[in-house]
Amino acid sequence: MNAEPWPLWEVFVRASRGLSHVHVGSLHAPDEQLALRNARDLYTRRGEGVSIWVVRSDRITASDPDAKDAFFTSPEGKNFRHATYYTAAEGVKHL
Amino acid sequence: MTDTEESSTGQNPDEHGRVELSAVLLSDEFVASDTPASPLVAEYALWLGDDALVLAQRLGDWITRAPELEEDVALANIALDLLGHARSLLRYAGSASGRTEDDLAYWRDEGDFRSAHLFEQPNGDFAHTIVRQFAASHYLYVLYDRLRASTDPVLAGVAAKAVKEVDYHRDHADQWMLRLALGTDESRRRTLLALEDIWPYVDELFSDDSAPIAGADASEPLFDALEGIAVRPSTLREPFDADIAPVLAEAGLEPPTAFHAAGGGRRGRHSEHLAPLLAELQVLARQHPGASW
Repeated sequence: MNAEPWPLWEVFVRASRGLSHVHVGSLHAPDEQLALRNARDLYTRRGEGVSIWVVRSDRITASDPDAKDAFFTSPEGKNFRHATYYTAAEGVKHL
Repeated sequence: MTDTEESSTGQNPDEHGRVELSAVLLSDEFVASDTPASPLVAEYALWLGDDALVLAQRLGDWITRAPELEEDVALANIALDLLGHARSLLRYAGSASGRTEDDLAYWRDEGDFRSAHLFEQPNGDFAHTIVRQFAASHYLYVLYDRLRASTDPVLAGVAAKAVKEVDYHRDHADQWMLRLALGTDESRRRTLLALEDIWPYVDELFSDDSAPIAGADASEPLFDALEGIAVRPSTLREPFDADIAPVLAEAGLEPPTAFHAAGGGRRGRHSEHLAPLLAELQVLARQHPGASW
């Protein structure tokens, strides 16, 4: 029916004040205003949120799944990057 | 709609197969009053309830047929909101005569329905549905906005809940009116055609004319008798026109005013479109009386 399909949008919903917006899914819409309204209908019907963000999926720059070794395996074996690696000095009472 | 009397006897062992909408959705509006509606208030509740029921049924027909999945869900959501209003209002209307909401929805014939002709107009193409939604949602918004101040606690309660929902329906229709009117040559052509077809049915919404009501003083007009309880339809014309004006101006649209349809829905006289709609709405309940799921 359509010459070209509606673009894809990613939807982020904030469940309540003080929390972050969390990605909940995606949808199709012809523009940002209708994307917001579609998101309201699809993802907040049961009181899930107090705020919605939408962003065109093609505006998101994502890390390359094939490059996950280079991106994400480097921290392995570097447990000194975690606070729990360190023991507290005896003189420190309240750490 | 579920049969509340049967469900309360606990005969259905499958709790997931039995969703008691009546218990979930209707409680708020009815805690305020367990007094049955008077015959006059019931007549008014029937007007509003039938408008909502018929429009909900129309919109439900878009399910699986809308231009896009997301719009399918949006229209279905609106239909469900309207069905909720219809249930509350028909239940209240039925309280005057000992009938349930299902009695009124499934067992009345065409001539007993009080809906205005606008709501039974066919879905047509998407532009026709949106123009009908545009007129209906703005009308329902200005209506419920005022009905919140009703001295009847049930009507006021239903209106307070419904106004928030029709506010969103109004926004949905506005968004699409602008996009259809200002979109492509084809979408504008269809929008203009839909305005020509739908707008003659708008006038009836603001008519104070009513059918004679059994057991009521025939010499007193309905809306004189319901002063403070109901919203006199003729008083809604001005707020309705003001409410739609900015959208029409932005969309560059001017509704035709030369021709008004005859109306008569409030007296039970309907266009040829209502009977097939009711046949589909009522066939299951009539072929399998007492059926539940």
